[in-house]
Amino acid sequence: MTTTTAKISVQGVTKTFDLGRETFTALDNVSLDIADHEFVTVVGPSGCGKSTLMNILAGLETPTSGRALVDGAPVSGPGPERGVIFQQYALFPWLTVRQNVEFGLRTTGVPKRERRSKAEYFIELVGLERFADALPKTLSGGMRQRCAIARAYAVDPSILLMDEPFGALDALTRVKLQEQLLHTWSRDKRTVLFITHDVDEAVFLANRVIVMAARPGRVYDVIDVDPATERNEDFRLSAQFADLRNRVWHSVYHQEGRTAVASVSPSASS
Amino acid sequence: MDPTPPQKEPPMSVLDKQGADRQDPVPDKTRGEPAGAGSTGSDEGGPKNTRGRQPAGRRGLFLALNGVSVLLGIGLWWVLADAGFTLPTPPQVVSRAGTLISNGTLAGDIRASLTRVLIGFALGTAAAVPVGFLMGWYDILRGLIEPWIQFFRTIPPLAIIPLAVVIMGIDETPKIFVIFLAAFLACVVATYQGVVNVDRTLINAARVLGAKDLTIFARVVVPASTPFILVGMRVGLGSAWATLVAAELIAAQKGLGYRIQNAQLYYDLPTIFVGLITIGILGLLMDRALLLAERRLTGWQERR
Repeated sequence: MTTTTAKISVQGVTKTFDLGRETFTALDNVSLDIADHEFVTVVGPSGCGKSTLMNILAGLETPTSGRALVDGAPVSGPGPERGVIFQQYALFPWLTVRQNVEFGLRTTGVPKRERRSKAEYFIELVGLERFADALPKTLSGGMRQRCAIARAYAVDPSILLMDEPFGALDALTRVKLQEQLLHTWSRDKRTVLFITHDVDEAVFLANRVIVMAARPGRVYDVIDVDPATERNEDFRLSAQFADLRNRVWHSVYHQEGRTAVASVSPSASS
Repeated sequence: MDPTPPQKEPPMSVLDKQGADRQDPVPDKTRGEPAGAGSTGSDEGGPKNTRGRQPAGRRGLFLALNGVSVLLGIGLWWVLADAGFTLPTPPQVVSRAGTLISNGTLAGDIRASLTRVLIGFALGTAAAVPVGFLMGWYDILRGLIEPWIQFFRTIPPLAIIPLAVVIMGIDETPKIFVIFLAAFLACVVATYQGVVNVDRTLINAARVLGAKDLTIFARVVVPASTPFILVGMRVGLGSAWATLVAAELIAAQKGLGYRIQNAQLYYDLPTIFVGLITIGILGLLMDRALLLAERRLTGWQERR
């Protein structure tokens, strides 16, 4: 905690990939700040670099230029203060739910008894207590993702980076998990960066929706959602939701039609 | 989206062993494709994959068909032998087996052969697993080691025997060496393949959970490649066993291969048959044992 008050600060990050003859610009001069305990969703078409952004923050990739700061310190490699949840769940298939949740606790050297009770707590939090000793192959997609969420929560990260975590789930399961995630989050606040391609999901979850554009990947628009809003079914069906949803949708959709003149878009930063 | 583990060999079909022998995990060609998937022919992959979970009735029928097939085969053999082909009849073979068992010859041969195969196989696997891991983990080592492995894979162990005899003499060493080589070459490629096939997402998941290289290796790479290693071991065991007869050409005094060779000098067909059948049964039993271990260790795999 030094010069910046932002929990996460992305400053002029550019990431290019060398594809042999040409280079692909996944992120072009992206800047954004995320405050502590903020729930930010990132939505955008495929190729807008939203996963790249997440990987940079997770420490799995390094920016070509610019820098990513967490708590004021540049990101260098993964760290236990940043939990990551992957779209493909990434559970270790040879470990039970409990062992998966304990994995991060073991690597960070938490003693066995404490590991047990912590794992127990988070498995209960996501409602998998009946499946604690089941292997992932016996779980449904939604249950797997809940297990992954418990695993990420267990190492007590102050930041959760979620890369389209519900992207592979059916609509109903997805809505349920969204509500459950918000419930978990409201009881146990973390800073969340949630990546999605689903506009409804982006609006429903967020304090702030960041819309990204592709080719090159950049921040296109930022839409705030009143954090005081109660996130429930009423909200989902409200005029406020519809309005926000339309704005985000417009922002995502409109850029698609204008990719040829992408250069006019502002490189918005908050 | 899945870590694409090798498809488990379906249960108890007599084809399994040959299937495992036949498949040939060349890293560059089969890369990205599960090591075991090609074995036993993908043409019948669909129904086979579910055979283990079939109701008892279907399974019983399947075993009955297996039995019928064996009986028919023996019947055909008998008919051919009676029809004047140069074959011993089943009773002749059975009575010779009785003689060889009662005078202890067969037990001695089995002991000698099994000792060689198991020592060669154990050494080969023990060397192959770490080498395969190193090749999969470090590109530099892969670049240095791979040409030699690919080169030696093209030489039949039989062709190495003269060299082995000249260098190592005529005792057990050259025999065990060629078996070792056969097991090693089969297993090292499978292990290597297992390591390069480990899902990147799992490695990333471990990294973001705070795991360092050593932990990732021990707790992610090793378990994730276990299915590949076990397939490699089965292939290795098959080729070790196949190399045995050739190895026992090297001035052996005992062993199933030696017994067959020796019987050939006297046109002793029943003894040749006893030797061949014993080799087949023992190979099958060892393969079953590994298959069982495979099921135990890789039951976490998702099957289609």
